[in-house]
Amino acid sequence: MADGDLPTDLASRSTNGVTPARGGNPFASRIGGGGVGLQPAPPAAAAPVQPAALVGSAEPLAAAAPSDAPPVTGAGSPALGTPKGKVRLGDRVLLALTTGAAGFVVVLVVLVAFFLLVKSVPSILDDKVNFLTSTEWSPTPGNLRFGIAPLLYTTVVISILAMILAVPTAIGIALFITHYAPKSIARPVAYAIDLLAAIPSIIYGIWGARVLAPHLVGAQHALYHLGGVPLFKDRNVPTGSLFNGGVVLAIMILPIVTAISRDVFERTPRENIEAAWALGATKWEMVRLAVLPYGRAGVISGAMLGLGRALGETIAVFLILSKVSHFSPSMFSGGETIASKIANSASEFNDPASTGAYIAAGLVLFVLTFVVNAAARTIVNRRKDFT
Amino acid sequence: MAKRIEGKNLNIYYGKFLAVSNVNFTIAPNSVTAFIGPSGCGKSTVLRTLNRMHEVIAGASVQGKVLLDGDDIYESGIDPVAVRRTIGMVFQRPNPFPTMSIYDNVAAGLKLQSGRIRKSELDAVVEKSLRSANLWGEVQDRLNKPGAGLSGGQQQRLCIARAIAVAPDVLLMDEPCSALDPISTMAIEDLIRVLKKDYTIVIVTHNMQQAARISERTAFFNLAGVGQPGELVEMDDTQTIFTNPTDKRTEDYISGAFG
Ligand SMILES: Nc1ncnc2c1ncn2[C@@H]1O[C@H](COP(=O)(O)OP(=O)(O)OP(=O)(O)O)[C@@H](O)[C@H]1O
Ligand SMILES: [Mg+2]
Repeated sequence: MADGDLPTDLASRSTNGVTPARGGNPFASRIGGGGVGLQPAPPAAAAPVQPAALVGSAEPLAAAAPSDAPPVTGAGSPALGTPKGKVRLGDRVLLALTTGAAGFVVVLVVLVAFFLLVKSVPSILDDKVNFLTSTEWSPTPGNLRFGIAPLLYTTVVISILAMILAVPTAIGIALFITHYAPKSIARPVAYAIDLLAAIPSIIYGIWGARVLAPHLVGAQHALYHLGGVPLFKDRNVPTGSLFNGGVVLAIMILPIVTAISRDVFERTPRENIEAAWALGATKWEMVRLAVLPYGRAGVISGAMLGLGRALGETIAVFLILSKVSHFSPSMFSGGETIASKIANSASEFNDPASTGAYIAAGLVLFVLTFVVNAAARTIVNRRKDFT
Repeated sequence: MAKRIEGKNLNIYYGKFLAVSNVNFTIAPNSVTAFIGPSGCGKSTVLRTLNRMHEVIAGASVQGKVLLDGDDIYESGIDPVAVRRTIGMVFQRPNPFPTMSIYDNVAAGLKLQSGRIRKSELDAVVEKSLRSANLWGEVQDRLNKPGAGLSGGQQQRLCIARAIAVAPDVLLMDEPCSALDPISTMAIEDLIRVLKKDYTIVIVTHNMQQAARISERTAFFNLAGVGQPGELVEMDDTQTIFTNPTDKRTEDYISGAFG
């Protein structure tokens, strides 16, 4: 990146800072200016990191000051520098606020995890069948028999299906809006997509179950005849299949993935785009050389937000999916996701033991979300030195 | 192979705004031509019309002809993509593709143009281009490291390597040294002297000494007046422009610049 030479600049500043020949005053101005100059230095750094980096870099600079350097306030101008060790009030407040906000979230997550564990572990220990592999679900107090496998499977399959449908579509729409369509078309399309995000999920649920479902039967038939893999095999429900649910979820997560992709594609640096043009790239090649690589991390983040929504979506899935008595891995079968199961069973929350079973399901969802996000982070960071 | 470039009656617009009016010039093959003139007079604009980069800006348009060895690059039916493949460009700010390695940056244009290409062939071109750009020695053991991790001067030479990897006929450079230190600038000037054996080079520069050092011909651009479009005041041998210009405005500009 163009800012690539900034760190070198900073390094040379600090080297100059310890050169006694330069005296104390230039050093003072460097500290004063340094605080300001540092802020934009890491362009890719997450916001909360900035204050830390600021303080972190200012401290060693101060520490490196030659002991015979005159006090920096000696520069005469109050605008120059602050005495060693003293952090400005604004910096302090910002540091406190950002640390507080970040800390609050961490504490919240830890508390949630703690709650989930405390409430679910007794029930899991009492489980008469294997919690992870069993396909049963009858958390009757005294005879707890519940396994997470089918719920987890359904949750994952339906979400992956939604992702497969939504992410490429979203990338396509975002590219269209940012690099293909004339402004007069791009705007309305963007608004229309954003409007999709404002529709409540219960509407999606009713629409998916009543309106969309019959239209999907044909597609289901076609895919079913493709063949033998278990994923396509059974067709034990006419409508309300996982496929049905996945399609509706795809539409539901489309706006968020599109909005974020659009945002990053729009910000592709002009100089990268021109570099591609100047090499004789066609439009598509320009997109491939400049826009997509630049937007990759952002698209992944957007997809993860979408996936988070898909994994946790409750009411739409609850309304769409047909319940089945026997678990089948086919995506043309019905089923329940973790969230829809919990929503469906509120009446059973009267006993700690059976409630614990549902909280255990919630715990699995929690862990799943965590794993998915960690995986996404790894993907984004893998080629970090290339951005 | 280096080619001759001619501009004929060029009027260059940004939307309705006429940025440069009635420019005519001829640039000989295997020469270095410098564009000089005050800021905003349209040097970059003219340069970018020479490889049809001007039109990637929304609303921008060009009237007139640009002849490359006699063929008008603005004739209908000419694909701008093909034009840009024969006329390479280096920008003011080094702009390697940030997500690509040094190797991939140099290979990028080639991969576009020749689709599938044998690895050994690609390796050879990458090495040759980096050698021509005087960068090979510094990067040969880290070809797979990101191009954006190089110093500014190295990045600019990487961009030159990327531009010459596709063997263009003409190389356009828009203030290629303005972001660089004197040593990197010297390296690039040396490079330009070598490259003119194979290319026709047009370079925009604000540095008179640089224009004097490396170019055979110099074109002086100026604004016709406040709110007026830019124009080409005169173009002549560099020696003449700097010692004995025909036009008073050129003399004023040059003496102003040299103090
Ligand atoms: N993208 C643009 N849209 C509209 N007007 C532009 C655009 N780029 C340049 N111009 C205008 O065209 C005129 C010529 O600009 P140009 O960039 O060619 O000048 P220049 O001679 O290269 O200046 P500099 O030496 O500062 O780079 C200026 O009036 C400028 O404002
Ligand atoms: Mg310019």
